[in-house]
Amino acid sequence: MAAGSDNTAANYIQHHLQNLTFGHHPENGWSLAHGAEEAREMGFWAIHLDTMGWSIAMGVLFIWLFRKAGKMATTGVPGPLQNVVEMIIEFVELTVRGAFHGRNPVIAPLALTLFVWIFLMNLLKLVPVDYAPELFARLGIEYMKLVPTTDPNATLGMAIGVFGLIIYYSLKVKGVGGFAKELSLTPFNHWSLIPFNLVMEVIGLLVKPLSLGLRLFGNMFAGEVIFILIALLPFWVMWTLNVPWAIFHILVITLQAFIFTVLSVVYLSQAHEHH
Amino acid sequence: MELVYIAASLMIGLGALGTGIGFAILGGKLLESTARQPELGDQLQTKTFLMAGLLDAVPMIGVGIAMYLIFVVAG
Repeated sequence: MAAGSDNTAANYIQHHLQNLTFGHHPENGWSLAHGAEEAREMGFWAIHLDTMGWSIAMGVLFIWLFRKAGKMATTGVPGPLQNVVEMIIEFVELTVRGAFHGRNPVIAPLALTLFVWIFLMNLLKLVPVDYAPELFARLGIEYMKLVPTTDPNATLGMAIGVFGLIIYYSLKVKGVGGFAKELSLTPFNHWSLIPFNLVMEVIGLLVKPLSLGLRLFGNMFAGEVIFILIALLPFWVMWTLNVPWAIFHILVITLQAFIFTVLSVVYLSQAHEHH
Repeated sequence: MELVYIAASLMIGLGALGTGIGFAILGGKLLESTARQPELGDQLQTKTFLMAGLLDAVPMIGVGIAMYLIFVVAG
């Protein structure tokens, strides 16, 4: 594994849960972190290179696949790629049509992007636990955490992006005054209860991106830890546990991508509501 | 440091309790309504899975934090 660490179970787990962090260490300058404490000392502005790399790679894969299907689209007998892409697009369109009650050309492409991108990033979870870190260790990179969505930075980043869109469309459709009025007068339409309303509504508003991001993170991180724990068992037991958990995880992966998408569309639809 | 393990097990256990009861009620309602109107069975199943994913959210966050506590904080 990593040079110089003893091969205990705890070290194995911690090694597999550590991201490849690049930042400014107070002693070592601009470098890759060589451990969890060093990564923590690098502070807020350190970047997880593996998360960034794999999320961008999955995004490029999504765009390339769908563009290729779009260019090769025929009205004759469709090939398999076109079939799959059409199924996904129709599914997302059905979902958005059911959940979104406004008028906005950005929502359906956004929903498609969220669904397929998150699904592809989650799909990396089914790669066996040791493959990626071992491969990259032979190339000289010490840590490699393969799944971007097990990093709360990635999931909260997406959730904050959706939150920014919610605020932007709320302000655009309702105006600043309308938005403020809705925040302050919503459950109780009386001027004396404005502080109470404000507290409730602002908390409700802030809970949306937090729950979106943390839901995806929690599911994926817990699944990853269980995969790592299963990897520590003797090989004749591993299969009996790993197979059911991986099969269950196929469901969880799709479901979590779907839920992220649907909830984003529902929140954006709420932001577009006129009274 | 031992208190961390008790904290983590409380988080996971209570979360599992809530999720178990919630899923059970949800599944029971699905079975009832499918028996009432079998033609809606497919739609109801989709919505049930959606609700299941939402129900799962907070307990899963708890499990994620508990795992982090056990393996990263308590070494």
